[in-house]
Amino acid sequence: MSDVRVVITGTGWVTPLGCDVPSVWKRMIAGDSGIAPVAQFPASSYPTNFAGESEDVNLDAILPNPKPHRHALRNVRFALAAAAQAWSQAGLSTHSLTNPRRFGMYLGSGEGPPDFGPFAEANLKSWKADSRSVDYANWAQSAQKLFTVHNEVGQEPNMSLAHLATAFGCQGPAYNCMTACAASTQALGEAFEIIRHGDADAMLTGGAHSMIHPLGMSGFIRLTAMSTRCDNPTTAARPFDATRDGFVMGEGAGMIVLESLQHALDRGATPLAEVAGYGSTADAYRITDMHPDGQGAASAMRMALKQAGIEPREPASDNRPPIDYISAHGTGTKENDSTESNAIHTVFGPQAHNLAVSSIKSMTGHLIQAAGAVELITCVQAIQTGWLPPTMNLSEPDVECDLDYIPNQARDLNANNGVEVCLSNSFGFGGQNDTVVIRKFHP
Amino acid sequence: MEFSFLFISSPQCVTQHFNKHPTLRHMSQSVVITGLGVLTGLGQGAPAFWEGLCQQRSALKPVQSFDASEFASSIASEVKDFSARTMVPKSYRKAVKIMSRDIQLAVGAAQLAVLDAGLITRASPEVIAEDTQTTYPADRIGCQIGAGLIAAETPELAMALATAKADDGSFSPHLWGQSAMDNLPPLWLLKYLPNMPACHVSIIHGAQGPSNTITCSEASGLLSAGESLRVIQRGSADACFSGGTESKINPMGLMRHHLGGRLAPTDPSTSAPDLIKPYDPDSPGQLIGEAAGVAIVESQTHAKQRQAKMYARLLGFGAGQSTFGNIPPLPDIQSSGTETGLVFAIQDALNEAGISPDQIDVIVPHASGIGFMDAREAQALREVFSSALTKIELITITPNVGDALAGQSSLQLTAAALALKNQQLPARINPGNPPSDLRAEQISARKASLGYALVCTNALGGQNAAMVLERL
Repeated sequence: MSDVRVVITGTGWVTPLGCDVPSVWKRMIAGDSGIAPVAQFPASSYPTNFAGESEDVNLDAILPNPKPHRHALRNVRFALAAAAQAWSQAGLSTHSLTNPRRFGMYLGSGEGPPDFGPFAEANLKSWKADSRSVDYANWAQSAQKLFTVHNEVGQEPNMSLAHLATAFGCQGPAYNCMTACAASTQALGEAFEIIRHGDADAMLTGGAHSMIHPLGMSGFIRLTAMSTRCDNPTTAARPFDATRDGFVMGEGAGMIVLESLQHALDRGATPLAEVAGYGSTADAYRITDMHPDGQGAASAMRMALKQAGIEPREPASDNRPPIDYISAHGTGTKENDSTESNAIHTVFGPQAHNLAVSSIKSMTGHLIQAAGAVELITCVQAIQTGWLPPTMNLSEPDVECDLDYIPNQARDLNANNGVEVCLSNSFGFGGQNDTVVIRKFHP
Repeated sequence: MEFSFLFISSPQCVTQHFNKHPTLRHMSQSVVITGLGVLTGLGQGAPAFWEGLCQQRSALKPVQSFDASEFASSIASEVKDFSARTMVPKSYRKAVKIMSRDIQLAVGAAQLAVLDAGLITRASPEVIAEDTQTTYPADRIGCQIGAGLIAAETPELAMALATAKADDGSFSPHLWGQSAMDNLPPLWLLKYLPNMPACHVSIIHGAQGPSNTITCSEASGLLSAGESLRVIQRGSADACFSGGTESKINPMGLMRHHLGGRLAPTDPSTSAPDLIKPYDPDSPGQLIGEAAGVAIVESQTHAKQRQAKMYARLLGFGAGQSTFGNIPPLPDIQSSGTETGLVFAIQDALNEAGISPDQIDVIVPHASGIGFMDAREAQALREVFSSALTKIELITITPNVGDALAGQSSLQLTAAALALKNQQLPARINPGNPPSDLRAEQISARKASLGYALVCTNALGGQNAAMVLERL
């Protein structure tokens, strides 16, 4: 077993509630909503026509040399903006890395948004209604005329890595993973393991994603996974509430600087929290549903807790709960929220009712691949400030969701010695389960 | 000259290297490849792939799966006569309908790998018949299968989009939202999520350990192998499915890569084997292949216990990122400097393996056929190997099977494992003029004494990976 300690020294995000950590945190503690009717494209007739949209990023304002990035697509612009915040909080200045090959990246970034207009046009032009088939010669000619190289190649899912490497100079091991809604939690966990193994001293990790485009929204609508509460969007994201009817799509990015404690101390950086454990499992059950008793989710949590040396069924030494805060996956779908609650019962047994659990997706929506990183940053904020963010829109308790979800009002734990340990869950389509445990940094 | 390195693979020498790097070694499990499953244009299964390479065959032919005649590049390596339905348990056949081509190829390659490794999984007939138990408990098998951006099938999407045609012939967002999108199948999205290759494989075979989908174009397969190695070394699993899959042989894939300036232009008179010229500065570009490669990698202790056949040991791994002046790095604007991330990746892999560059007997590089990428890769090899490079044979597979992107480096890994196992160098096809310091010219297959192989790749997007394999 490696004895390398890994700490978080920088965080940054772009969310539907704004794009710097302190101001967004204030809004989360106040229980604000970032959900509104979709503005990026005409969606008013969609069964779900609202989402959590983030403000676009002006790269000229955040990068000293924006030139190589002028073709960055929306998801990559989010990634660059979040990383710039994390970089500055970590006290790293652009391109001043002393050993760039020991600074790696592990992202759970999504693909770029499709260039939908030209795409729809090429398909419409080449569709032969009489024979119900595509005229590929026509398709090729239309596409050749309508598509642009930067909008097409820019969609490749490793483009965030290419841009971040160029903007920040990271030349160590670089990975991007796409494990659906679990991706950026998994990225952070694997980045943690890479540092522990000694393959890098520091890692830029996190995720960026936007699926708020016609095909992304349509795909989830067809899966009947999204809320259809079009008459009142700000109340649509209602994790753990009995009347929840699906998730609300969000977009954005979360980026985190991880480093070995030694590396952080050597350069005089301030650890914000320590990564204590990571667990990753597959349900191997169905591509559409979680295992009904949440056994994959439970084993991911157990794995992370074991690595962190935390006994989930016992109180912590000073009679606190074993974990002060669980940032739930909490999507607001019928299935996820009850299964996740079950899994928490399975793992924590008699301690489950002493835990404080919440889902910030009630305010930001579901940032898909970026969700895990953004939620982990809320855990860092909880440790830093002693406050826990609420689950909003939780007015009708569900018998299948019977934990303390911090309903509708943030909680101040400063009178109870603040927040020591947090756990963050992310689960993805296909049965991907990832859990990370972080704790307050003690030298 | 490679015979002079024969002694290196003796156990005493390996022990010495272990001792030279005690800090790296004491925590590391030895990890071996015990099963290989590949689907390429050369055929189904690792033996067909190897035979094709040795016989100097190229699977690059005019595209048959759709009418690609109006595409600027319409030659590719397609997997023929493949049916995923026949490679999954009967109870899972229905699910094939919601698998894109990339997923089907991965599922097929994983099944071939399981059979080759002699693994008993929950898909094995004897387990289904409740006659026996699986080789591994479910939570001790992981699954790392790299993938790319999976394009939605054009007819399926075009048919739905066409139902949102306004009176003037344009696309109507209103009609689309109101009713036309209902013409997409309900599970449409799940057919194209990149994590589905790994998810289907984990479901079919009951693999509940860590499961990941790395999406770094051509580096995906090799980065996945590196992650499988680390997952086993850190004790999170005892065995992993490890590989990559991709098919860009569809309108969107061909168009995107053509726009990216990567593809060699073709016309009806072109003969494919004359087009791909690895490392020739005048190479006109690359051609696409579709493929999946999945290896079973296991801790050597477990492989020994079950008396598994072993192809090679994963001895050292490294990864690194290159930076660019412009992104995406397109051929017309990129200078052909050194692929710096590849230098770091290879050096780290050699360092973990505890061997020096001149101990490598054979290299399986990317050799994409794209001028600037080949030049950057060659320059990186020169930097690491200096004068030793002229003595090291390369195995180049793009003239045979094209470039399968996220599937490609898994094929390279397969070629390296087979070269070590068979003690044989496959033939090379190269109608061009590679630089004289690279052993990339046309040759026939021959027997060779090979102790260590290096697999390495660069990638669109700047990710690089390298793995040192040791003969067993």
